[in-house]
Amino acid sequence: MKIKNIFTYCFISSLFLFSLICIWKILVTLQGIEITNFNFNKLFIFGIILCAINLLIGKKLNLNIKIILLALLFSIFDYFISTNLPIWYSFGIFLISLFFFNNIKDYDKNFLSKNHSSQKLFFNFLTLFGITLFSFVILFPFYMMLVTSFKTQALLLLNPLDFSINFAQGLPELFKSYFIVFKDYNFGRYMLTSTIVSLGTVIITLIFAIPAAYAVARLNFFGKNFLSTSILIIYLFPAIVLVIPLYTIFSQLGLRNSIEGLLIVYTATTLPVAIYMLQGYFKSIPKELEEAGIIDGQNWLGIIFKIILPLSLPAISSVALYVFMIAWNEFLFSLMFLDRPNTFTLSRAIQFLNVGAETPRQYLMAGSVVVTLPILIIFVYFEKYLVSGLTAGSVKG
Amino acid sequence: MSSKLAKIEKRTAYLLILPSVLLVFSIILFPIFSNIWISFKNVELKDLRIPEPRAKKLVKSIKDNPTQIKIIYKLRNSSLTQEITNVKFKDKYPDNIEPISLNNKCQFKSNLLKCELGNWPKKYRENLEIVFQNTNNQEISKKELKSYKPKLSGKSQNILLTYEFTLNNFKKVIKDKAFIDLLSTTFYYTFFGTIGAIIFGILAAQMVNQKFFGRTFMRSVLLFPYVAPVVALAYTWELLLDPTSGTLNNLLINYQIIDGPINLLGQKYVTLNILGFDFKLRLALTTVIIFEIWRYFPLAFLFILARLQAVPKELYEAADVDGANPIQKFLNITLPQILAVISILFMIRFIWNFNKFEDIFLLTGGASGTRTLPINVYQQGFSIGDIGMGSAVSIVIVVFLLIFMFIYFKLLGKRADEN
Repeated sequence: MKIKNIFTYCFISSLFLFSLICIWKILVTLQGIEITNFNFNKLFIFGIILCAINLLIGKKLNLNIKIILLALLFSIFDYFISTNLPIWYSFGIFLISLFFFNNIKDYDKNFLSKNHSSQKLFFNFLTLFGITLFSFVILFPFYMMLVTSFKTQALLLLNPLDFSINFAQGLPELFKSYFIVFKDYNFGRYMLTSTIVSLGTVIITLIFAIPAAYAVARLNFFGKNFLSTSILIIYLFPAIVLVIPLYTIFSQLGLRNSIEGLLIVYTATTLPVAIYMLQGYFKSIPKELEEAGIIDGQNWLGIIFKIILPLSLPAISSVALYVFMIAWNEFLFSLMFLDRPNTFTLSRAIQFLNVGAETPRQYLMAGSVVVTLPILIIFVYFEKYLVSGLTAGSVKG
Repeated sequence: MSSKLAKIEKRTAYLLILPSVLLVFSIILFPIFSNIWISFKNVELKDLRIPEPRAKKLVKSIKDNPTQIKIIYKLRNSSLTQEITNVKFKDKYPDNIEPISLNNKCQFKSNLLKCELGNWPKKYRENLEIVFQNTNNQEISKKELKSYKPKLSGKSQNILLTYEFTLNNFKKVIKDKAFIDLLSTTFYYTFFGTIGAIIFGILAAQMVNQKFFGRTFMRSVLLFPYVAPVVALAYTWELLLDPTSGTLNNLLINYQIIDGPINLLGQKYVTLNILGFDFKLRLALTTVIIFEIWRYFPLAFLFILARLQAVPKELYEAADVDGANPIQKFLNITLPQILAVISILFMIRFIWNFNKFEDIFLLTGGASGTRTLPINVYQQGFSIGDIGMGSAVSIVIVVFLLIFMFIYFKLLGKRADEN
């Protein structure tokens, strides 16, 4: 057993425990409870002592009893150095330290005397640490978006760190921002527009893309190679270089402020990726199936509808979901083309809310939740399809 | 026979791809080329409105004579800058109604009033008054008269279609003192955004590639920033980072980590003192880059994870037998395996970050040192209203883009050769 290993072990473990506690304290602070100090010195040193004890006990004691004992010790220590905190806070501390000691319970003198044990230790903690930290950093803005929408401006001014949700006020009062966003700011209408535009884009894109992708994947014609490379090149051209010419053309044709105009642009910008993704899949369908279809006297249309489409439903659904996501989230074109509130999509409406003078932030966040929630639900529900769509088409973003 | 089949096949193929090609051509390729046209013109936002002849119809009854009625057309040229030539006017009337007198510009035939109003200079206004009577001496209904709307047509010069060209836009772009600053900001943002996203992508992929409880859920969560709408995320961040009421500043002050609030999105520079040296960090730009990394590392993560899962387990087992430590395993096995993915990812993300508009626009609007080329396109074209300048900046972007794509496809071709 090397001294260096023991030292790294204690140091890293205690640091990890401390960061877990920090995240918990931040979350508790945001419930309006006053914590003004992380107590780094005391907690860190006590953490090191407990980790050393854990090492000394090793496997002499039942492991479950050991971790409960250590966790209890830690929470009691924390309870005494911090004052006036509610009991659920300490309970949280207890659970976190339980989780932590459960993770280090297997380390003992034998483990630390093995080769590379300090590096292994480091990587183990890095993984754990990474998972916790990454989830916290990623979910925190989403969490703040949600809880802000349940507060009122006056309460937030009173204590900008109090995001506790007061269920006692009753549901209508709690969801007040949402009622106002839908009633006074017409979000129902914007949501409908967004849905129509997104679904419309998906349908039109598929109608255009499926035949084209089939032709590129299967048929022989002059200029095929040129076409399939140009699909990728066109796809890499960003919206920002199209915006000025399209704006001038659309304003002269009177297509601005119309859903049709938006549909045309969205379809055209998502077409290359849809064709690119679909043709890749069509190529993987065995050719024999089509030849059988030809022998049965099917024409091209029959082959597409009766053989290709049923076989490639998974690919088509991932393309459809991906296109839906792009259209729903799209912002630049809706900013350029829509300036009358009756044609706004959700994204444009939220931007309008923010630019508009002094919109209370809870309305802004309620609007943000309204635009984010559908896409997240769809994503979690159809995760498998969307992930394959993302991987295939995610050259864009 | 076979050549006939080939012919049919060819024709079908063209028929199947034609709609897509037409659409993509008219909405993507045509605008890219018309950028070149517009960038050599002196066009402003206000020139885009096509001048229109307009008429407002007023119906006025005449005192003590219900069988007659006076109609006033208030005519005007909608444009403040351009003239309209050859204006024609048309309006419909109900049966049994006739004008009492007409000037020589107008004609009345089978319920239709037609006028040739000649050329209208800019800001032109005129009132056209005509008195009508009912031929059967009956009362005229005002409502029916109002239900018809006059139709006007006229020709005007479209500034976009003239053959006057100028090099001024490009001169202005290149001579602009801020141009170098603009370019360096763009590259700074692009480079660090890309590198950061890839590094965090590798870290996340390494983590999720191990078995632990809630792994699939973790994978979904990691992708949240990428799939959620940018508008919602940018405004949430803005609220979090706000100097007075933002959660982050309040938290930091609460824990006495900082003394006063920091305006993370509104402050151009911050001076850091590291080991006695003063560093000037571009604060707002760094914040925007962090947002960029936060939003796009999931993509790198997804790509790298897919590649990591394909790395054969035997390689690691062999390394274990050889007694390699985790760092050696990462450097000698994992890294070479994912290097190809990383290089492709780097190129693609580089191209896309170079063109990123929404994120910066929503967070800072291009203020406090975060103005990149795409933001400049918007500001020139729509904030200042100089469409020609905006187009010229777009052309600069396209030129850079073509260079990047050339490199990218060269690399891709090389990769394909190697495999």
